[in-house]
Order: sequence, then C-alpha cells, then structure tokens
Amino acid sequence: MQELIYYFTHLAIIIGIYAILALGLNLVVGYTGLLSVMHAAFYGVGAYATALLMTQLGFNFFIATGLSVVIAIVLSFAIGLVLSRFDGDYYALGSLGFGVILYSVFLSWRGVTRGALGIPQIPKPELFGFEFSQITVFLLLVVVLAAGVYLCSRFVTRSSFGRVLMAIREDERAIQVFGYNTLYFKLTVFVIGAGIAAIAGALFASYITYINPSSFTAMESIYLLSIIILGGLASLRGSVLGAVFLVVLFEGLRHIGLSSDMAAHMREALYGVILVALMLYRPQGLVGKYKL
Amino acid sequence: MSTIKTENITKQFEGVHALDGVSLEIPRGRVTGIVGPNGSGKTTLVNVLSGIVRQDAGVLHIGGKEVSILKPQQVNAHGITRTFQEVRLFEQMTVLDNILVVVTERAVAASLFRRRQERCDREARQALETVGLWEKRSSPAAALSYGQRKLLEIARVLAMREAEVYLFDEPFAGLFPAMVDVVVKVMQGLKQEGKSVVLIEHSMDLIRQLCDTVIVMDEGKLLAQGTPETVFAKPEVIAIYVGK
Repeated sequence: MQELIYYFTHLAIIIGIYAILALGLNLVVGYTGLLSVMHAAFYGVGAYATALLMTQLGFNFFIATGLSVVIAIVLSFAIGLVLSRFDGDYYALGSLGFGVILYSVFLSWRGVTRGALGIPQIPKPELFGFEFSQITVFLLLVVVLAAGVYLCSRFVTRSSFGRVLMAIREDERAIQVFGYNTLYFKLTVFVIGAGIAAIAGALFASYITYINPSSFTAMESIYLLSIIILGGLASLRGSVLGAVFLVVLFEGLRHIGLSSDMAAHMREALYGVILVALMLYRPQGLVGKYKL
Repeated sequence: MSTIKTENITKQFEGVHALDGVSLEIPRGRVTGIVGPNGSGKTTLVNVLSGIVRQDAGVLHIGGKEVSILKPQQVNAHGITRTFQEVRLFEQMTVLDNILVVVTERAVAASLFRRRQERCDREARQALETVGLWEKRSSPAAALSYGQRKLLEIARVLAMREAEVYLFDEPFAGLFPAMVDVVVKVMQGLKQEGKSVVLIEHSMDLIRQLCDTVIVMDEGKLLAQGTPETVFAKPEVIAIYVGK
C-alpha cells in the first residue's frame, strides 16, 4: 500500500512538472501560433542552472530557481530576437536549430555540465530549515508552483495582451496594420514561456536529484508539443489534461508486460500514432477550440 | 487640402509594373473612389498606402509629413486604417474580440497589466451595432456568412475612432442590397465626421452616389483624377469602360 501511494505521488509530481511545461508552451504555440520546437532546451537551462547553482555554489533551491528563471529569460530574449523575425515553417526550423545548439552545449561543455555524465546529488529544496525531502511534501511544492503558473497563464491569456497574441496567430500582417508591433508581443510571450519552462526544469532537477542532457532533446520538445496538441491548443485546461493523459498512458505501457526497451520504442511509436490520429480527427485536441 | 499625397510611386512584381510613377492627392474630408480594370494597380496602391507593400521608388506624404518607408505597424500612427479585398479577419476569435483587439492598448506592458477601459467596450458595441452584428458578438468570425464577414471587417475599421483616413478595398463585393445600404451609410457617416474615405469599387452607380473625387487607373498609371462628372466624360476613361 505504501509503495502504491509512493508510486502515485511520483506520477503526480511528473504530471505536475509536465503540466507546467505544457502551460508555458501553449502560450507560445497555442495562443500565439509560433511553432516552437525548443521548449525542452529552456527546460534544460532551468534544470542545469538550478543544479549548478545548488551543487557548485550552495544556493538555496528557491534562490537558484529564481536565478535560473532569470537566466532562461535573458537567453530566450536573445534567441527570441532572432526567432521573432520568422513565422510559420521558418520559425519551427529556427527554433529546432536553437534547441539542438543548447542540447550540444549541455553535452559538450563538460567543464561545467559534465557532459553525458550529468550532474548528480542535486539537493532537495529547503525553506527556513524545512526540507522538501518527503515525496508528498515535494508534491505539495509542485502543486503550488503549477497552480501559480496556471494562474499567471490565465492572467496573460485573459488580458488584452492575450487577445493580441491570438490575433497574431490568426493573421499577423492584419494586426500589424492596426498599430501593433508584433515583434515585441512574440518576443514577450516567448520569454514568458521560457521562464515557465525553467521553473519546471528546476523542479525536475531537484526531484530526480540527477540530470543529464538526454532529458532535454528535440524529441522531448516534440513530446511536449504532443501534450498540448492532445490536450488542446490555446487551452490552459487542455495543457493540464494533455499532461495527465500522456504521462498516464505511457506509464501504463510499463505495466502490460513489455520489456523496458520495448516499452520505450512503443512509447515513441505511440506519439506518432496519437499525433497523426489527432491531426486527422480532432486537430483542436481534447478540450481545445483552436487548430494550428 | 490633401491628407495623402504620392509622388512617382513605382512598384514592380517580377518585372511587371503594378504601379508606374503614380502621383496623386487624396483630399481631406472627402470620399475618393479608385476605379480601373482588373490589374490596373488599384489594390497595389492601397497596399502601398497602408504599408503592406513597400514601393520600389517614390515618396508618400501623409498629413504633410514625408514618409519614404511605411511599415504596416506605423500606419495606425499616421491615422490610416483599411479593409482588405480578400476579407482578413481573426477567424478563430469571436466577433467581439475581432473589434476589441483594435481598440485596446498597443504597448506590451499596458496591454498586459492595464484593465480594459469601458470606452473600449462602448466603442466595440457601437461599431458592431452600426453594421448589425452585435447579436453575433459571441460567434467565431469563421462562422459568419460572407456578407457578415465583410461587415465585420468594416466594423473593425469603424471602431478605429482616431483614424483620419479609411481605405476600403472593394467593400461592396458580394453584399446583399440591405448590406450595401449599411456600408453606404457607414461611408456617408465617416464623411460627415470629416474623415477621408478612399474606396476601390467597380460599380459606377455606387461611385457616382458616394464619391466627391474619382481616380482612374490603368496598367499601373494614373489615367485621370477629378469629379465623377468630369472624369467619366473623358474619352480615355470612356475607352477603358466602353471601348474595351
């Protein structure tokens, strides 16, 4: 029984981390129509920055997380300046390129990231002497941060800013004629999305206590895209629902008697099947209203 | 007095002159019709005046200021707004949001943190009521009929109360007679408010009914400009419409 509770709590934490990632990505892809294929890279920036600040400089988790968000914001601002000049397929390809570059940095900057060896022994969060080492307490932290990200995302989407994002998605040239410099809006939402991804990265690093570059590949970015497409583009509820659905579905594959190697291959094949089926029969996702 | 003046505007698309040294003046507070056969450069001219297309050569004067390069996002600041020949709505947004998005804050921070003013709701409602689409405010724009979509695009520019120049690219195309009456009233209302209206239209009856000035274009060149009576009496204009 104890093991079962532990297992479901673990699942809930993973769902929470993916929900945070999906919320940030949905602002960029679902609401603004910018097909970013580099979200996992900012997730990695958050994870590495937090891990390094905690293990190398002894920073508290919360300060390290705040600083990792700042680092992700600065980095995404620079990348966004370039990407915001593109749209459509070029945006997707450009973001994929930047994602591959950041992955290469995680892998090759061995003096800092330890390359493929990764960073072990990342401490658990601590606040005023209270350690979030118990899994249920860590879940509480994830839920609080996920709820905060959800509320912030809702604030963004319900503002006039959110309406402009949707207009950019629908017809960027037309909204420009009405006096909007869309570059600023695209850049801002990209930076917000990256900052949110960094929070998820910080939680992931501290929860698993070990990170390496394999968690932040282009494939992971595509997995995140499939979460929001499945749940619903331009839907915050859809982001959470997509995270629940895909994490539980793929976890379920481990319990049908397949070897772990086979389950991993099945998981990738299933992404493909789900994405193709969605594009064919429900391009707006489970609870979304909008189509790419 | 002119509100927009063009000097030798030239634009080529793959070697074809869409605009060939066009110099003209759009008078302030009047309705100006642009007529001419298909491919004569009417829409390209409006696209240049609204920053959608950048001219290869020539200069624009807007409100007395020389503007050599006009970007789409600067058009609003020059007091210009427009509709499109092919309707360009924010399709998956509601009818109301299609209007609200053009009356709210332009700056990123203000649009994010400032609460929407009552003025925005009032102006959006007024624009939608004028074209008879208030009841449809919660529908997605994509769900409207073709005529309603045209009217929504007109409501969108009508909501731009600060604009001084309204460019309409074939606003009557595909409209039922009752809808045509609505758009005619919109244009007459704008003229009464002292706004400048530029209208691309193929119906000579509507041009005669609405326009104070007519510009005739042919093969990217300005053929004639003047009152409808004088312009339509010119042999070269008659040749275009009767002779061809």
